[in-house]
Amino acid sequence: MTRKLLTGNSAAAWGARLARVDYIPAFPITPQTEIIEDLAAWTDRGEMDARLVTLESEHSMITAAGAAASSGVRAFTATSSQGLLYGMEMVYTVAGWRTPFVMVNVSRGLASPITLESDHNDIMAARDSGFLQIHCATCQEIADGVLIAYRLAEHPDVRMPAIVNLDGFYLSFTREPVDLAEVSQASAFVGEYDPENLQFKGNSPLSQAMAVLGGGPYSYFRYEAHLAVQRALSVYDEIIDEFEDRFGRRYDMIDSYQMQDAEYVFVMLGSFSTKARDAVDSLRDAGWKAGLLRPRLFRPFPQQQLGQLLQGRRAVAVIDQNISMGMGGVLHSELATALYGASDAPLLASYIGGLGGRDISQQEFFAIADELRQADERGEVAAPRLLYTEHELTEMRKLQAIAQAEHAEIQQN
Amino acid sequence: MSKQSPLHFHRMKDMPSTHLLGTGTPTCAGCGGLETLHTMYDILGKKTVFVNAAGCMTLLSVYPFTPFHGGWLYTSMASAPAGAQGVRDALDILLQKKKLSADEDVEVVVITGDGTAYGMGMSATSGAMDRNLDFIYLCYDNEGYGNTGQQYSPATPHAARTSTSRGSHGYPGYKKDLFAIWAAHNPAYVATVIAAEPLDLAKKIEKIQTMSGPRMLISLAPCPTGWDYDPQLSVEIGRLAVQTGVWPLKEYCDGEVRHTKVPKQRKPVDEYLQLQGRFRHLFEPERDVEGIAEIQARVDAYWERVESE
Ligand SMILES: Cc1ncc(C[n+]2csc(CCOP(=O)(O)OP(=O)(O)O)c2C)c(N)n1
Ligand code: SF4
Ligand SMILES: [Mg+2]
Repeated sequence: MTRKLLTGNSAAAWGARLARVDYIPAFPITPQTEIIEDLAAWTDRGEMDARLVTLESEHSMITAAGAAASSGVRAFTATSSQGLLYGMEMVYTVAGWRTPFVMVNVSRGLASPITLESDHNDIMAARDSGFLQIHCATCQEIADGVLIAYRLAEHPDVRMPAIVNLDGFYLSFTREPVDLAEVSQASAFVGEYDPENLQFKGNSPLSQAMAVLGGGPYSYFRYEAHLAVQRALSVYDEIIDEFEDRFGRRYDMIDSYQMQDAEYVFVMLGSFSTKARDAVDSLRDAGWKAGLLRPRLFRPFPQQQLGQLLQGRRAVAVIDQNISMGMGGVLHSELATALYGASDAPLLASYIGGLGGRDISQQEFFAIADELRQADERGEVAAPRLLYTEHELTEMRKLQAIAQAEHAEIQQN
Repeated sequence: MSKQSPLHFHRMKDMPSTHLLGTGTPTCAGCGGLETLHTMYDILGKKTVFVNAAGCMTLLSVYPFTPFHGGWLYTSMASAPAGAQGVRDALDILLQKKKLSADEDVEVVVITGDGTAYGMGMSATSGAMDRNLDFIYLCYDNEGYGNTGQQYSPATPHAARTSTSRGSHGYPGYKKDLFAIWAAHNPAYVATVIAAEPLDLAKKIEKIQTMSGPRMLISLAPCPTGWDYDPQLSVEIGRLAVQTGVWPLKEYCDGEVRHTKVPKQRKPVDEYLQLQGRFRHLFEPERDVEGIAEIQARVDAYWERVESE
């Protein structure tokens, strides 16, 4: 084992290297590009026995990854934001091919307006595709998450592609110490790629991704894929035990922090949860029974496990770094589904925060905790809210004033 | 892909007498695209994987049936060449790692319509040629989005009536020169073909079997359903496309364009046009003298350029 100081992007590249992937179709996009640059450097120098090919789009890149995995090799790819959306037709399509491979997504806000900073609307758009989703909060988790994702995706009971998600900038460009397994240890864990029945070759005819006629066969194949994704829940637990045995690090499908006696709980995805972790510490210092839950596995969604962990708590604040227009936070809706009808379910409040990389301050976590307490006293939660300060609004108004002044000037001339 | 020793097609009787592709496909009677595929498949054989984009040929393989003896992979409308890239690269990796024997290797063949080739798939195709991908691309060009009901596409010829150009003058645009666009990429090979000239088609396929790199074929594909004519006329319409000079048979190889079958005495374009319902408005209720003259003039100008070269 070696310890290196790595960015989240490099950790992702190391994950692919340790999984001994054969094939890397690639396409650049900020903040993901460093991943493919690292991999390109290694393959160029012969440090990694893989073929990297830059396609002309993410749509093609994901097609090539799926096609290669269908032809008997282990494939890896990476994208972000607009790239994920550009390839979205193929995200759904290759999931239907039941081809296991791993794609890293470096979360970044979607246009419009354009931004490079982190936000989860990109990954949420892949939510219903069939791709498994593992969300990371540290660089160590990224490197390990890629190995775990291969095991999960390639498991005979699953056979679906997987996305490992990390946050742009916050993780992609942040250096943290990462323990890297030796290739031999990693290989022993990940194993050889078994294409099962997926391989094009002479003398063994194979038809892949054929059309079907009618809703009968269509429903059958779609539901089979759904069941396969669901099976990944129990498979994940097995894999995670084995991972811990081999490497000494444990990655439960839901990361629980200070939950033993917690009354007020934050639920978040990804690296922004580390801010909530700090807030939980400060809140506890101030006498609050605060806790944090962070689903690592988002697809399949660990409904039952979340329900159990939240049973009997007073109130929960879901902070979504995404927004489903006309509905609100996606994780909030999903958690509401998980808790609906459960006895002793906590109150559930919804906050939208961290859009486009906007910080969530410690003060805000305190304010949320306060609101949870009030909700608990009243017996009902306040309406969903965007985390946004007076100061931010004033600054925004200034920008609007400039825009309007310029517009007026143009009209006068 | 290790290249096969070629067969030899000199005369019609050298052509295979039975087809390899299974029968009972859902294509229309008289489908010109299917005819090209038949000839191609007969020559290339079973050691092939066809990578398909959305179009009429997608319905060749409907679960649980397939007329192919080898592989089939449906991708999407835009990305069949990228699918071919993934398959070819995977095969090469497996060969290199000795996980696949040379004997198990297969030829990767993209098959798409004109809507993909001339339009939505252009970028993926261009990319595959940039990367010098070792594959064959067959575009069956029925001059419209056939599978969705023959709307005009970037391959639709001037004046043709389609589901989205029903006006009295038909399609106002002009057919795009895909041969030139592909040739500008300098791939190993580009050719135009047509099933109604099977010997020319067979010779070209025979030739590309011994080559590697991108080998690109555009087959004009007479389409009774989309062009509105009796299916039994498919071969005749195909021949007339060549004899009138509307569809020049040519190839691009080693930086040069060569016409492979030059009509000695070009027939007037009328003969080709008037057999097809999509051009009926040029002849009825009265002859559109100017319209037909314009089409004729464009064909003549093309051949004058060829002859002056
Ligand atoms: C992204 C996308 N847009 C639209 C379609 C609908 N569609 C299916 S086949 C087709 C026509 C394709 O035309 P062409 O490539 O000429 O093939 P043909 O149908 O003529 O065989 C279209 C538009 C699709 N499948 N995918
Ligand atoms: S519509 Fe035309 S191209 Fe499509 S199957 Fe029928 S004849 Fe062939
Ligand atoms: Mg067409």
